[in-house]
Amino acid sequence: MAEFEKKGYPDGAEPELMVSHEDQIGEADTWSDKVKTLVRQNKLAVFSAVVIVLILLAAVFAPLVAPYDHLEQSLTDRLAHPSMEHWLGQDELGRDVLSRIIFGARISLTIGLVPTLISMGIGTMLGMCAGFYGGKIDFVIMRLADIMLAFPSLLLAMVVMYTMGGGLINIFIALSLINWASTARVVRSQTLSLKEKEYVEAARSIGVKKRTIMFRHILPNCLPTLIVLFTLNIPSAILSEASLSFLGIGAQPPSASWGLMVSRGKKYLFSEPWLCIAPSVAIMIVVLAFNFLGDGLRDVLDPYLKEQ
Amino acid sequence: MENKTETGTETGKKILLKAEHLVKEFPIGGSRKAPLAVHAVSDVDLTIYEGETLALVGESGCGKSTLGRTLIRLLEPTSGRVLFEGEEITAMSPAEFADKRRQMQIIFQDPYASLNPRMSVKQIISEPLTTYGMKDKKELEDRVKALMKEVGIPEEFYNRYPHQFSGGQRQRIGIARAIALNPKLIICDEPVSALDVSIQSQVLNLLKDIQEEYRLTYLFISHDLSVVKFIADRVCVMFLGSICEIGPTDELYDQPLHPYTRFLLNAIPKADPRLRTEEKTLLSGEIPSPVDPPSGCRFHTRCPYAQDICSQERPACRQVGERQVFCHFPLA
Amino acid sequence: MNEPIVLDIRDLKSHFFTAKGEVPAVDGVSIQVPAGKIIGIVGESGCGKSMTAMSVMGLLRYPGRVVGGTIRLDGRDITHLKPKELAKVRGNEISMIFQEPMTSLNPVYPVGKQVQEAILLHQKVSKEEAKERVLQIFRAVGIPEPEKRYRCYPHQLSGGLRQRVMIGMAMVCRPKVMIADEPTTALDVTIEAQILQLMRRLCEEQGTSIILITHNMGVVAEVCDYVYVMYAGKVMEQAETFELFGETEHPYTQGLLRSIPKMDEKAHRLYTIEGVVPNLLHLPKGCNFCTRCEEATERCWREKPCLYQTREGHGVRCFKYESEVQLDGE
Repeated sequence: MAEFEKKGYPDGAEPELMVSHEDQIGEADTWSDKVKTLVRQNKLAVFSAVVIVLILLAAVFAPLVAPYDHLEQSLTDRLAHPSMEHWLGQDELGRDVLSRIIFGARISLTIGLVPTLISMGIGTMLGMCAGFYGGKIDFVIMRLADIMLAFPSLLLAMVVMYTMGGGLINIFIALSLINWASTARVVRSQTLSLKEKEYVEAARSIGVKKRTIMFRHILPNCLPTLIVLFTLNIPSAILSEASLSFLGIGAQPPSASWGLMVSRGKKYLFSEPWLCIAPSVAIMIVVLAFNFLGDGLRDVLDPYLKEQ
Repeated sequence: MENKTETGTETGKKILLKAEHLVKEFPIGGSRKAPLAVHAVSDVDLTIYEGETLALVGESGCGKSTLGRTLIRLLEPTSGRVLFEGEEITAMSPAEFADKRRQMQIIFQDPYASLNPRMSVKQIISEPLTTYGMKDKKELEDRVKALMKEVGIPEEFYNRYPHQFSGGQRQRIGIARAIALNPKLIICDEPVSALDVSIQSQVLNLLKDIQEEYRLTYLFISHDLSVVKFIADRVCVMFLGSICEIGPTDELYDQPLHPYTRFLLNAIPKADPRLRTEEKTLLSGEIPSPVDPPSGCRFHTRCPYAQDICSQERPACRQVGERQVFCHFPLA
Repeated sequence: MNEPIVLDIRDLKSHFFTAKGEVPAVDGVSIQVPAGKIIGIVGESGCGKSMTAMSVMGLLRYPGRVVGGTIRLDGRDITHLKPKELAKVRGNEISMIFQEPMTSLNPVYPVGKQVQEAILLHQKVSKEEAKERVLQIFRAVGIPEPEKRYRCYPHQLSGGLRQRVMIGMAMVCRPKVMIADEPTTALDVTIEAQILQLMRRLCEEQGTSIILITHNMGVVAEVCDYVYVMYAGKVMEQAETFELFGETEHPYTQGLLRSIPKMDEKAHRLYTIEGVVPNLLHLPKGCNFCTRCEEATERCWREKPCLYQTREGHGVRCFKYESEVQLDGE
């Protein structure tokens, strides 16, 4: 009976122990409990969270943290090597690379947060409607999503950027447009299963309006999934921005976008490699931190998502 | 609306709900020419009198839960109609029905799935009240606390969340939610089958108490015949979407008329080893698929008394005193 | 009972080491299983009945661990066997079936193949012989059209048939003991009766002992020879079935039996045991049942009662029946 060993005891094992009881308050799945589990189980995710908070603080207080102004040029010190005054050297216009990276975090994090929030908002609403109402609404929304997913997303963003021109606002729009489809799919499947729950049926038997049911009973129960999805979507948005900027159709000079910095630095890849490497490492750290945190959150909040 | 006459008395009892030729099918694909459907409820007539407890008994897949939900329009019937206090609720527009809806509530089987995990007890019990316009905070709080007291949940648990309660306590919260709107009819869908024996008796007593206090009518759906024996006034036995027999509980238990009822009563394990019989006459075979139910009497494939006519004609209703039986060859 | 004891569990203790503390899920349980008999373990959820079975099978998972006691199968101590040795015992000499057979069957293989695998794993026979055995077993457990069912996938079978397959799989090596954990809880009454009858028959024909774990007093009364009533990790009362139901002694067993609606009488209200099962993390200092017991005295809150023998083969963990003979070593 090798199966027994692998699967262990089906379902019943945990409930047998979880004798819910008045003095076992907060026993099951409160948020604080989940955070505790995360702290206990996944040190890497916690470390990542700390890193993210530090970068966030640095970005918000960039003028205070950065040793120099990121736009201040000093043509005499062009391509100066790293030194005690300029830890990461100076770029082709003599600007302090470290300061530019710190200011660049502002762009990267805004790009990571705002379009992701917008696209997930769109995706959640559409996904929830598709799952909840079903029928034609479902069909139309999901075919739209299929079409979106069929395009290579970066290519789509490039098309948008070419037609509308570069600049931050346009990056927001482009990235918001491409990312909603995957969220819509996940939320739809969640809605489909939540809709069958007895508490939703109870709400219907009371006569609660459909829209109220969606926002009161379905959306809050999608929240753990959405949080996980959010953290996992941020790095891809950051990478998209970096790619677009690298290709010269994203952020425009003189703004301190990491992607743009890599792009400008590639001319000096062999003579002054830090111009390329420093912003690349910055991108890597942020992306990895969000990914590790997302993985950790997923394990705690929504183990089911792992299989998808 | 045209059926006002139906509210008239019949054997001295007032009819609360009446279902006529109720059919519920769930399409599950197939081709356009030969569509497949699960025949969950097929051509059921049922009457529920005011103040009684009617039990709906049967094995899984017999359509008892579907029937219960169709009766209060949580599911729309495929055909047939349902009259509530003489008014045809199946013909009402959603707006017209909204007012009737609050008169019919439901209690669910699974106390873990029936409460939204992200809502506090306060929010759960006050949801029906706010839906029907109670806004005053003080009034709401008083009412919710009164309901909590009614079902035996201490007031101080007002702000707690479902996972902080045991199964029995959750079921009590579900009961409080159901009685919040002073309904006339409550569908109890296996309300105690997920609970431990010692908790089960607490909840059953509670259900009896609030029935007396609120003059409720219960449709009690269950597969547990001993629980039904305790709580029901009348019993309706279902098999594969159709009714086998309906009758007063004691009579039906003492002398079942339908062969299926007899096998069912015979099969339940009794908590007394002296009642252990050496060789039980057990029902053989499995329950046929509701997608392609047997012709004629639904039970004929498993029935030891079946004859040719059973596979050809659906048995008509035979009235035996207060009892109805749907069988070509009723016992005794 | 004069039959030889096949499985002898003495003072078994299985604890769970959770973040919130040590949970004594099984707290000093002694169970003797004579050959060819059906032993019932009955209790409410959380009483430790399933955990006892998992401990015997060596299937306890982290954070659970057997911390004391011995389990002897045919005189051989299997408490601390290495995983490899245990695998040889499991399925061969002792097997287990679960409440929901779907979770124990692999959905992507035909059921016949799975039973065949089980045979090939433990016995040195050719594939053809193994298949022949499978069909034989299917016939023995009452599966109609065994050749057809052999190729069926688990989802194509009804709940009753799946449970029959599981029983068949558990019986392939003619184990000495079969542990059935709520085998009929997910089934309908008419199917439940069939399965219980099948287990009774297998027990008599093959001489296999069965440990039947259930919460249903009716099932116990129907098929068991000897019953253990568990509550909060301890055996509260043990007796032969007829004696347990006829001469119920422990207040908990009495309450349990009284709170079941009876088929042959019409009661207006049911008897209830007030309160809820105690939290295993914060058990009372005295008797585990004292918080809910109507007859609890000051002593019950202070001291833990032993399992006292009131007459031959009848043990009760209650001070009301304090006697010379104690069945456990506390």
